[in-house]
Amino acid sequence: MTLQTETEATPRGLSRRPVERIVALVLIALAAIVLYDSYGRGAGWDNGPENGFFPARVGWIFLAASLFILVQSFRSPQDGVFVSYEQLGQVTRVLGPLILFVALIQPLGLYVASSVFILVFMSIVATSRWWSIVLTAILVPLVCFWVFELQFRVPLPKGPLETALGY
Amino acid sequence: MDDFASLMAGFQVALSWHNIGFMAVGVVLGIVVGVLPGLGGPNGVAILLPLTFGMDPTSAIILLSSIYWGALFGGAITSILFNIPGEAWSVATTFDGYPMAVQGKAAEALTAAFTASFIGALSGVILITFVAPLVASFALRFGPAEFFAVFLLTFCSFIGMGRENRAKILASLCIGFLLAAVGLDSISGDLRMTFGSTELMRGFDFLVVVIGLFGVSEILLTVEEGLVFKGKQAKIDLRVVFRTWASLPRYWATLLRSAAVGMWMGVTPGGAIAASFMGYGIAKRFSRNPGSFGKGNIEGVLAPETAAHAAGTSALLPMLALGIPGSATAAVLLGGLLVWGLQPGPLLFIEQKEFVWGLIASMYLGNLAGLIIVLATVPLFAAIMRVPFSYVAPVILIVCAIGAYTISNSIFDIWLMLGFGIIGYVFKKLDYPLAPLVLALVLGDRAEDSFRQALLGSGGSLNVFAANGLVGTLVVLAMLLLLWGPVTDLIGAARGKGRQPEKPAAAE
Repeated sequence: MTLQTETEATPRGLSRRPVERIVALVLIALAAIVLYDSYGRGAGWDNGPENGFFPARVGWIFLAASLFILVQSFRSPQDGVFVSYEQLGQVTRVLGPLILFVALIQPLGLYVASSVFILVFMSIVATSRWWSIVLTAILVPLVCFWVFELQFRVPLPKGPLETALGY
Repeated sequence: MDDFASLMAGFQVALSWHNIGFMAVGVVLGIVVGVLPGLGGPNGVAILLPLTFGMDPTSAIILLSSIYWGALFGGAITSILFNIPGEAWSVATTFDGYPMAVQGKAAEALTAAFTASFIGALSGVILITFVAPLVASFALRFGPAEFFAVFLLTFCSFIGMGRENRAKILASLCIGFLLAAVGLDSISGDLRMTFGSTELMRGFDFLVVVIGLFGVSEILLTVEEGLVFKGKQAKIDLRVVFRTWASLPRYWATLLRSAAVGMWMGVTPGGAIAASFMGYGIAKRFSRNPGSFGKGNIEGVLAPETAAHAAGTSALLPMLALGIPGSATAAVLLGGLLVWGLQPGPLLFIEQKEFVWGLIASMYLGNLAGLIIVLATVPLFAAIMRVPFSYVAPVILIVCAIGAYTISNSIFDIWLMLGFGIIGYVFKKLDYPLAPLVLALVLGDRAEDSFRQALLGSGGSLNVFAANGLVGTLVVLAMLLLLWGPVTDLIGAARGKGRQPEKPAAAE
């Protein structure tokens, strides 16, 4: 099936095999860290299993599985596209503003940050008129505030604006 | 008979206005969650879970399980009208559902899907009503070794029966176990794998992981395909509903087969996704004209929906009776039970009778309410899908962030959610299954505890896992399930493909 799709025009992009290998290598590194940590604390028997006993055994299985995945990636005959550059572009257009959003929560509080997030994201996507973007950016945080702060009484991170308003 | 009385008492609990209200709210929220990409069943439940910490556990679980029912129903709407499966388990529904919608039979397809879902769910609930108490009372005799054997059975059947690459299922399970081990060790009181970080001392909360893996990653996958959805119109009027219902008895055999497949797949953690594909495949094989499948055959809608819901519902049986969830959403609900201070497992049926039977009764009522609500409100939810995704995506992401934060009021958790979102995106693209990871993360500590206690009791000898007939049978069964997949692969290879079968790396 994969072969059939490959005879059609495949979009350019990151191919799958290197990503597969990188992930396998990361998993192997993780397994090594786990084993190092577990044996460092003791993975043997000391009047009962020590606290590294179970993670160490899982770690060995994990190491074996990820080594196997690595070997597999060298043996698999076909190579597809992991993500085309066009798709990657779309994903970054969400991921970029999202990272900005999370970074802003600490200094500005969640409500202002989400307002900024909506403004940035919708301007980048640029499918809506400016006033509907602004309206969404104002309404969504207000609704969130009403639902979480006033109805469920869940305190969310707040920043200078909320302090100035007396919350 | 005793159980019947308990069930009736349960209906009394579930039928209070208070709880019916929660049921309706839950179902509606669940449908929204099921319709919107990026907010699946496990993720929706995970986001709302922290908000229910202060509620009475019975009401809370009724609310959350109703979200689960709603999500099961909602997945069908998008698959039929938009050819976009809102949930992985409704992929098989698109095969015949969307062609039906193209032919102008959308209302018929939707009615069939919802009714089939209801029948599937009902058979699952009936199974729970009668079998769960038996399983629970049987499981009262379990010691740590037996419990570990049941955990082993769960994980082995994941590996053996899974459709994905087995090494990847195994890796996914291991990641879950190891994430569960991070932080304070409950037995020795030592810190594990924190590497001096104070943030990691609390360990990884599975809710954060679920919101990242299922929510954020799903949004990233959805935007890949662009930001516009095109769908078919649908209005359901009562005439079509009754006409479709009148035609259903003709397909009793399909429904029955699918329900049976679903119940089996739900109890053993094969899950709703595999069940829906199997239900579809079996219906096609038994059908008198298999050629019409994929071109808008109503049986192709009935079969996967019945199976998916039977599985989704039955997945709660092992969760209630043994404390071992059969699906990712069941795993999240189980986490909820722990938060509310209820210890899932056989004792639940004795110590928390009212809670258990209230929940089971609410399953009957919740699904009925779900059927009615979903039939009445399809146009509304189809309209939600027409809201441009550039509005929906940021709102979903903000809600995910709020959900991650409220679990323990930590901004670090939002970063974790983001990280797991990216991990989930890469894993999904590389076909690493995510459900085993979540399951292992939820069960990790308890599996480890029972393993250690069993070994403590035996002085470190592994013979404890073959000490008596019960535990021995469970372990043998687990090994059989583990080897089932590789062996069938080998047979397939021996029949002439000549390709090396994928051996699981579980030999260690």
